[in-house]
Amino acid sequence: MKVGKQSVVLENVYLGETAVVTGPKEKNGPLGRYFDKTYDDLHCKADSWEKAEMQLLRDALEICLEKNKLDYSEVDCFIGGDLNNQIIIGNYVLRDYPFPYLGVFGACSTANEAIIVGSAFLEAGMGKRILVGTSSHNATSERQFRYPTEYGGQKPESLTFTVTAAGVALLQNEPATIRVSGFTAGKVIDAEFKDPLDMGRAMAPAAFDTLLQHFEDFGVGPDAYDLIVTGDLSYYGRDMVVRLFKEMDMDFSEKYKDCGLLIYDRDEQEVFAGGSGCGCCAAVTFGYLCSLLKEGQYKKILVVATGALLNSVITAQKESIPGIAHAVVLERMVP
Amino acid sequence: MDTKQQKLVQKVKKETEIKRPVFRNAVKAFFVGGTICLIGQIILEILMKTVGLEKELANAVMVTIMVFLGALLTCLGIYDKIGQFAGCGTIIPITGFANSMASAAIESKSEGVFLGIILNMFKLAGSVIVVGVLSAFIFGTLRYFIGI
Repeated sequence: MKVGKQSVVLENVYLGETAVVTGPKEKNGPLGRYFDKTYDDLHCKADSWEKAEMQLLRDALEICLEKNKLDYSEVDCFIGGDLNNQIIIGNYVLRDYPFPYLGVFGACSTANEAIIVGSAFLEAGMGKRILVGTSSHNATSERQFRYPTEYGGQKPESLTFTVTAAGVALLQNEPATIRVSGFTAGKVIDAEFKDPLDMGRAMAPAAFDTLLQHFEDFGVGPDAYDLIVTGDLSYYGRDMVVRLFKEMDMDFSEKYKDCGLLIYDRDEQEVFAGGSGCGCCAAVTFGYLCSLLKEGQYKKILVVATGALLNSVITAQKESIPGIAHAVVLERMVP
Repeated sequence: MDTKQQKLVQKVKKETEIKRPVFRNAVKAFFVGGTICLIGQIILEILMKTVGLEKELANAVMVTIMVFLGALLTCLGIYDKIGQFAGCGTIIPITGFANSMASAAIESKSEGVFLGIILNMFKLAGSVIVVGVLSAFIFGTLRYFIGI
């Protein structure tokens, strides 16, 4: 049921078991133990970076099916995407599976976009079990958006480090511990940021807008949640969101975290401003946050996945970098 | 977002602007870049005085050695680490040219010899050649007319 301008309250959508597969840096980060499978080598036993990312998604998909004890025939659809041109990771992994595939792209907000589309399908009765998933790989992203990995250019402190991870989750209408109780779909917000090496701040206005809209549509404040997380704003982007809300006389910085800051230890690991990428929000949400919800540490959380809609051709034509943010409410069901 | 909030975003955007440490970077670049040039000069002196090469030939051999060293350090995964510290100090010397060439070649190896390495090797370094040829043309023309 739609509420307000951009939001929907969901009656019957639950989050089944989830699976997260990551690379070495994520394994050695603070959340390493929450991931189902990790690789010690960025190549993930594949012979190219793209194939390595496919391996991550394939592993996550298989582990998710296994944890949910599902056959291929019981899956109605897979919805997902990644950062590569023409979302090739999803396209190529899903050619090996006998269920329909819907590719979506929302840059690093893809995980929540997939959850939103999947939830809408379930709510409308168009299926019972839908898989949602996304992936990112540090080397494929560097290649797609920046320079070759061995290039000796200096990286500024504002840079975010693309997370090497894939996360897949099952959305179902059969009751489970975690319920997806609502979402707010975000608008494209362009605050005229032009530096592709400062994407955390470029996405912050979109997160700010979606959060404001979410509070308005649902008629709640930050108090309604035990935790509010943004996808991959990292240090400088999160700081900007905190300041924006302080200007609005709202301060919830104590319960506001960012996945890009949770997944790595910025003091110990060389990740500049923190983590980013589709896999960042997916790995933290499906791995860490879902575990905490299941343990009962949190009862209700708001996950705002953020994406910088960056393209190197159009930014070279002096266009700015727009951002987008989608919010999803995850609630622990009281048994 | 209404106009008031848009203004707020622009205000906070300005307040949170991240200043790059330009002076510190320049100092580091000066010393690392200078060190690379010093190594080049030492090699040149050895080639001329110990090996006994003519100055022009010695220059060409020195440049070849420096390009080789740049490419080698790139392949060993060291050059990008020095580059992170030194910034322009490792990009401007000829070793930086070698790095941009070698790193692009390594990156595109997965697409094979023709569509990968041959097509992409000068993806970054090509700009150096374009600018080099263009500035040689401009300065050559100037020199011709001014007649230095």
